[in-house]
Amino acid sequence: MIRVRGLHKSFGDVHAVRGVDLDVAPGEVVVVVGPSGCGKSTILRCLNGLERATHGTVEIDGVDLSDRGTDIDAVRAETGMVFQQFNLFPHLTVEGNITLALRKVLGKDKAEAALIARRQLDKVGIPEKVDAYPRQLSGGQQQRVAIARSLAMNPKVMLFDEPTSALDPEMIKEVLDVMLALAEQGMTMVVVTHEMGFARAAADRLIFVDHGQIVESGDPVDVFENPKEARTKAFFDQIL
Amino acid sequence: MFGEGTRVGVAQAPRDEGISHSEKRLDADSRWETFPYWILILGGIVGYLGYLALFDEAYDIAWSRISEGIGMTIRITLWAFVISLSLGVVLGLGRIAEADQTASPPVRIAATIGRNLSRTYIEFVRGVPILPLIFFLALVIIPDVTDMVGVSRQTVDEFWRGVIALSIIYGAYIAEVIRGGVQGIPRGQMEAGRSVGLSRLQTMRYVVLPQAMRSIIPPLGNDFIAILKDSSLLSVLAVADVTRIARQYSSGSFKFRESYVVLVFIYVTLVLALSFLLTKLEERMTRDRKGERG
Repeated sequence: MIRVRGLHKSFGDVHAVRGVDLDVAPGEVVVVVGPSGCGKSTILRCLNGLERATHGTVEIDGVDLSDRGTDIDAVRAETGMVFQQFNLFPHLTVEGNITLALRKVLGKDKAEAALIARRQLDKVGIPEKVDAYPRQLSGGQQQRVAIARSLAMNPKVMLFDEPTSALDPEMIKEVLDVMLALAEQGMTMVVVTHEMGFARAAADRLIFVDHGQIVESGDPVDVFENPKEARTKAFFDQIL
Repeated sequence: MFGEGTRVGVAQAPRDEGISHSEKRLDADSRWETFPYWILILGGIVGYLGYLALFDEAYDIAWSRISEGIGMTIRITLWAFVISLSLGVVLGLGRIAEADQTASPPVRIAATIGRNLSRTYIEFVRGVPILPLIFFLALVIIPDVTDMVGVSRQTVDEFWRGVIALSIIYGAYIAEVIRGGVQGIPRGQMEAGRSVGLSRLQTMRYVVLPQAMRSIIPPLGNDFIAILKDSSLLSVLAVADVTRIARQYSSGSFKFRESYVVLVFIYVTLVLALSFLLTKLEERMTRDRKGERG
């Protein structure tokens, strides 16, 4: 589903990603961890073209993102992205947030888009908030709307960029529960997170990134308990 | 958007209940300090000027002559505002035009050209005082352009020369207002729009601009008022606005006091009325969208 080869990304003098290879199979859940500033978010953002690779290739479902002819908007419509800061559209209701792309990108009519919005809100457990504005919602509810907004586009892949890092502790679980359910339904997911509980419960593979490189990768429990690299061990000793 | 959406699901913060007894008394005690005396004083001054202009016999002729230009002043202002707003939107968005790196070369070239031309225009216009620039545009550039096109110089009369000059100038100022409004919207909004598959232009239109409107409208209103005031500069081009007529009448009759009392009264009334209308408009725009942030 995702195929990354020799990915490098520089911002001016800062070499954020230094040669990453990554394959994600359909239905696989990959959790990416690493110290802050290690490049894990940048890797994720390269996966839907929010950042463009300096070198290397990123393919989503066989489409090379760096190709000149690639319709990047079409790829993004099939690649859901959930942000740390939710990034809901504050001037639109929950329904408006979810239906905007359905109508403008997929060309669905208002009634059909509204129906899809309600179905997705049911899935994330807040159907009653359909007419609310984002600022009337708690952080956890906002993040669930953001997930529903992505899911409404029926994506092949869901990317999560620290989805619970901006949440108050009591709201983390409601978002993780939605993500767990999604993983169980067989969604292909790449999740950057510090939630090791989620990694244990849902991840097929855990990837530890440091200094813009994949240091270690494998079954989550193995990597937690028997890290092969000293850097990995040091990291887990600090956070667990 | 304003229909069912404005129904509020979560309790709004109560307005007054949090204020304690002592705070309320303090409020009453200091009411004399917060009273807007300036409105009384201003009302007095404008009222006195109005009384002279409208009811004092010595001002009769000055008023009847000069007030004939009010229509012209308003026409200049409206035309110049409409044109400069259109120009400003194009230039303001042009200045921050960007193309995706995967976009085709023509699109990327167009964005680069747009950005640089807009910037050149804005920096040049803002680098020259308004009066010299009006002379330059109305008496040098516009005749040059009509010559180039091969039509008579009188095709564009004094009125339109003035309006176009003022529009070109305020287009640059309004462009900066538009740019500021758009750049004030967090980057995450563009990223979120793009992530659900909207194109850059779609995200701009449906996500960024509607939010930018709120911060654009107040400074835009200021520019509207500034155009009204600066329409007086067109009097140098023999456009028969209130300022032009006042100058002509006063120099012919030596009734300087009468002429300029009337002139100032007309401007202050127009400006205060416009500013009142704009405030109401602003209030309505914020009230209708209480569900939104801020």
